[in-house]
Amino acid sequence: MPRITVTVDGIQYEQDVEPRLLLVHLLRERLGKTGTPVGCDTSNCGACTVLLDGKSAKSCSVLAVQADGCDVVTIEGLGANGSLHPMQQAFHEEHALQCGYCTPGMVMAAIDLLRQDPDPSEETIRQGLEGNLCRCTGYCNIVRAVRRGAQEMGQAVSRP
Amino acid sequence: MTVDQEVGRPRRRKEDARLLTGRTQWTDNLSRPGTLHVMFLRSPMAHARIARIDVSGARGLPGVVAAFSGQDFREEQGSLPCAWPRSGDTVIPEHPPMAVSEVRYVGEAVACVVATDRYRAADALEAIEVDYEQLPAVLDMNEALSESAAKVHETGNRAFTYRTTSGDLEAAFRDAPVVIDRTFVQQRLIPSAMEPRAVLCETDGDTFTMWTSTQIPHILRTMLALVTGVAEHKLRVVAPDVGGGFGSKLQVTAEEVLCLLLARRLGRPVKWTESRSEGNLTVHHGRDQIQHLRLAADSDGRIRGLQVELLADMGAYLVLLTPAVPLLGAQMFNAIYKMDAYEFACTGVFTTKMPTDAYRGAGRPEATFGIERMMDELAAELGLDPLEVRRRNWIRHDEFPFTTISGLTYDSGNYEAATDRAMALFGYDKLRAEQNDRRDRGDPVQLGIGVSTYTEMCGLGPSRWFGSENAGAGGWEHGSVRVLPTGKVEVVTGSSPHGQGHVTAWSQIVADALGVPFEDVTVLHGDTAISPKGLDTYGSRSLTIGGIAVLKACDKVKDKARRLAAHVLECSPDDLEFEAGAFKVRGTESQTTIQELALAAFAAHDLPDGVEARLDSDATFDPDNFSFPHGTHLCAVEVDTETGMVKIRSYVAVDDVGKVVNPLIVDGQLHGGIAQGVAQALFEEAVYDADGNLLTTTMADYLLPSAADLPDFALDRTESPATSNPLGVKGVGEAGTIAATPAVVNAIVDALRPYGINDVRMPCTPERVWRALQDRTLEGARR
Amino acid sequence: MIPAQFDYVRPASLAEACQELGSDEDAKVLAGGQSLLPFLRLRLAYPSKLVDIGRLADLRGVHDRGDHVHIGAMTTHDEVMRSPVVREGCPLLALTAAQVADPAIRHRGTFGGSLAHADPAGDLPAAVLALDGVFVAASASGEREIPAAEFFVDYLESSLRQGEILAGVRIPKLGAGWGFHYEKFHRTAQAWAIVGVAAAVRRSNGSIAEARIALTNMGPTPVRARAVETALQGVELGDQVRQACVEAAADTSPPADLHAQPDYRRHLAKVLTDRAVRAAAGAP
Repeated sequence: MPRITVTVDGIQYEQDVEPRLLLVHLLRERLGKTGTPVGCDTSNCGACTVLLDGKSAKSCSVLAVQADGCDVVTIEGLGANGSLHPMQQAFHEEHALQCGYCTPGMVMAAIDLLRQDPDPSEETIRQGLEGNLCRCTGYCNIVRAVRRGAQEMGQAVSRP
Repeated sequence: MTVDQEVGRPRRRKEDARLLTGRTQWTDNLSRPGTLHVMFLRSPMAHARIARIDVSGARGLPGVVAAFSGQDFREEQGSLPCAWPRSGDTVIPEHPPMAVSEVRYVGEAVACVVATDRYRAADALEAIEVDYEQLPAVLDMNEALSESAAKVHETGNRAFTYRTTSGDLEAAFRDAPVVIDRTFVQQRLIPSAMEPRAVLCETDGDTFTMWTSTQIPHILRTMLALVTGVAEHKLRVVAPDVGGGFGSKLQVTAEEVLCLLLARRLGRPVKWTESRSEGNLTVHHGRDQIQHLRLAADSDGRIRGLQVELLADMGAYLVLLTPAVPLLGAQMFNAIYKMDAYEFACTGVFTTKMPTDAYRGAGRPEATFGIERMMDELAAELGLDPLEVRRRNWIRHDEFPFTTISGLTYDSGNYEAATDRAMALFGYDKLRAEQNDRRDRGDPVQLGIGVSTYTEMCGLGPSRWFGSENAGAGGWEHGSVRVLPTGKVEVVTGSSPHGQGHVTAWSQIVADALGVPFEDVTVLHGDTAISPKGLDTYGSRSLTIGGIAVLKACDKVKDKARRLAAHVLECSPDDLEFEAGAFKVRGTESQTTIQELALAAFAAHDLPDGVEARLDSDATFDPDNFSFPHGTHLCAVEVDTETGMVKIRSYVAVDDVGKVVNPLIVDGQLHGGIAQGVAQALFEEAVYDADGNLLTTTMADYLLPSAADLPDFALDRTESPATSNPLGVKGVGEAGTIAATPAVVNAIVDALRPYGINDVRMPCTPERVWRALQDRTLEGARR
Repeated sequence: MIPAQFDYVRPASLAEACQELGSDEDAKVLAGGQSLLPFLRLRLAYPSKLVDIGRLADLRGVHDRGDHVHIGAMTTHDEVMRSPVVREGCPLLALTAAQVADPAIRHRGTFGGSLAHADPAGDLPAAVLALDGVFVAASASGEREIPAAEFFVDYLESSLRQGEILAGVRIPKLGAGWGFHYEKFHRTAQAWAIVGVAAAVRRSNGSIAEARIALTNMGPTPVRARAVETALQGVELGDQVRQACVEAAADTSPPADLHAQPDYRRHLAKVLTDRAVRAAAGAP
């Protein structure tokens, strides 16, 4: 069984894994990182989106062995000192979640989107979130939240 | 101290904190020591006899603890329940949770493996051998009803025929200047809540606890007891965080029953989590009707009569509410319109497909679609604007309360106000002008404007009505309120939320009722050990019934507090006024707060006779009527006549949901509801092939819209308070979905009408639109 | 769902990877895994072994080689769409890669993996075909060049032999005066193309001097619309373009599936080719 080393939310883990073990199952069932849920088996829904070496990835479509040596950030690794990440806060303010099942993936995808475009238009946001499905919100408030998160994060950067 | 009114405020949700940070309690997140994982082998055949099944190959494999076939559960598994055979002639076939001798849809469970983890379980499933003797699939409803059709069940393919008539239909149609006759198809849908179902069940040898992704922990507990014989008081059902339902988790599932039986048999905790492709096969489907409608009208557009003939696909079995869903249309096809005569008939048909049941709106979207499409057809026939023909028929605001032709009494509403507001927001006249311009120019991209002036009966519902309609239970809800010794408030609700924001909304209601801070209220739910009484969440009932039950419990707490306050302040209860959380002796400075009274009640050192320790109470609310939200939705679409692609250009919804407790939550419900309604119109369809195999088993095939596929929705509200509850609130959970589908399809047909097209079947895919346009020209069809 | 068991190796070199594949006919290459993983999870494939080439640095990156652009097979879609060399030397691939799946999948999915998967509904095969890319296949016996026209053999089948790995693709630069467009027609943003049209068009004095057109999902492999390419020569930008595109579906055998029947795909091919050509030519 291959042994892998993977850093998840700042903690380094060594694990012996079956080659077929999915990264999302490593997170959920081995490391107790149940904040990242599974919504489908074809990588369509995006609920399991994490940041893998800083870029969004669908953890249901990555083998744990492929993440050997990588850095993973999940929804549980955002925010610091008990406070919410600005994007999490924006989702709260704009009521961008209802059942909340898509939310971890949606927040991670939104953060990744801003990495490429810190000031996205509504159109850019809608296109940028095409890989994350939500069944509750109709996306209206998610789009607003991402705009708001972008503004907050922009301010955070520009402050001295 | 004055407290701002909480009801009506856009409070941010209390629920969000854990959902935003991943500290969630989805059922699949939960585990008990020694949990075993269950996987089910499912029938690949739509209809077959199980000639031989051998699970022994699975038994010796690594990690496998047990493997069973339906034969092994034969004696104990019972039959899955159908709780609402509304039509007296309903045939309810035996429905074993695991098939024993015959399978009737692709996906029906035939065997299971229990293993130490899901990887081992998945491997072992492949070692089970099954020989099937194929039987004919029954897929088409019309064919299923023919004499020569193969039978799904020995009793035949007709589940029931229900008919109700008011007024003289024959007279209405006799010599009617206008008769519109149309057949519409409501395609089969897959509800697709984002959280796949999961069940975890453990036993200590005497009692059982089940955590399950359900909308109905209370109903489920009672039903599981009835089906399996496990005593109800030995069974606790918990709905932890539940990731959406939309009706799909309003069910007593085979997997829940079987996990309970497996936990009992093995004495170990067992867990089952479905995959999405398994769920698309086996989470109950929605809609699936053929609607034949005839409408008679005078030449000025006044409706004389409406005749509705439905065929409703039940699928292979009747599950919890299967036969009742289409019959919720019986009172709804007449919608907001006055007419002289009305007939509703529906035949439920068995096919070898996944059973259908409630999906957001359940019966009412189908009805609203039918009538709203017909109103547009009537307008077109008469050359009238579709809003004008509606105006000529709808109930005027000064006519409420109004008893409709189908016998419901609509308590309040103002269709004129909602429509006027929607038209202004939408820019109706300007869009009509652009539409004419594009028609005149022969623009390959045509503009269509769709109208939907819907209402619905929701807040299900008055127990007397359920009783009169042969339902297995009533429609009350329960709430309890405890003011803790420190003055904080604990609320228990029988409603079971899965995204609706009950905790926040109930906190607002209680904060106002008791005059306590919003932050000082907590709401418990979804666990039969914590919330012993309830009828759960569906049918847009939570606020209008469950929220009111909590309000009623607050009233009782206040009554108790008043007696205690009078004792403390040494006055008569009648001399006290309650304001901002304190009882004051009228005309004096003397007062005591609800928090002080809670402590006094807890200490119980000096209670008046007849007042018990602790400041708490509970209440059950049973409404005497449904609530009737309504609204006007307007949709503009651009139809690319070269490719058939439809794009929503703008969407305006003005809804009247009565008094609003939390406008953020209400808007969120509407946004999501509209998105699902749009998705039925444009994207979604569960497709079976000629052998009865489901082709749309994954999200790659069953198309759900993403943010990139939908526009923003512009919302506004009008307000006609409901009279059936003290808050004046109406349901909102299903409204958007009910309204949106006909708005979109009417817009598409409106764009294409100059080509001589008067219907496009849903979902209105580019290919369907393109096919409708073949051999048709804009010029040739213009009148 | 859960993949069946398989072995896993992560060779340190391309040569080693070729050896691993050559010695086991049921072994499969694992690149980014974005097409393979869903196949495995649905148990539509049962490889004995996955040979993970995702980390072979030699196979990753975009290089300007003067008359052509070399794209390493393990370059991700995201890297392709953002590469200045691609945007300069073969912009059609940047435009097309940007329309593959969604951002998260573009971070993991690879250019070579997507081509070797040979799915006719994939977007990149048609674009590479339109540009006459040259596929470089590596094996124990060295490298072999395969012209794009010969690479795609059938549905999910390329001309790669057992033991061969797609190392990269050479995309000839087309020089000045060319415009590009990929027209993707799909029901939802996530859905596969019902039909896609990759177009490269060279303008000269208001007319089309030369055009290269390839179609997505119009048969078991991506196909060149040769008849249209011929018909477009010398055509003035305007209504004549549409006329020249009427043969877009000639010699195609489009599939019937959930989303479209063949006759509709044929119709779309004409309409979308017209649109792609106009867009590539910068015409309204």
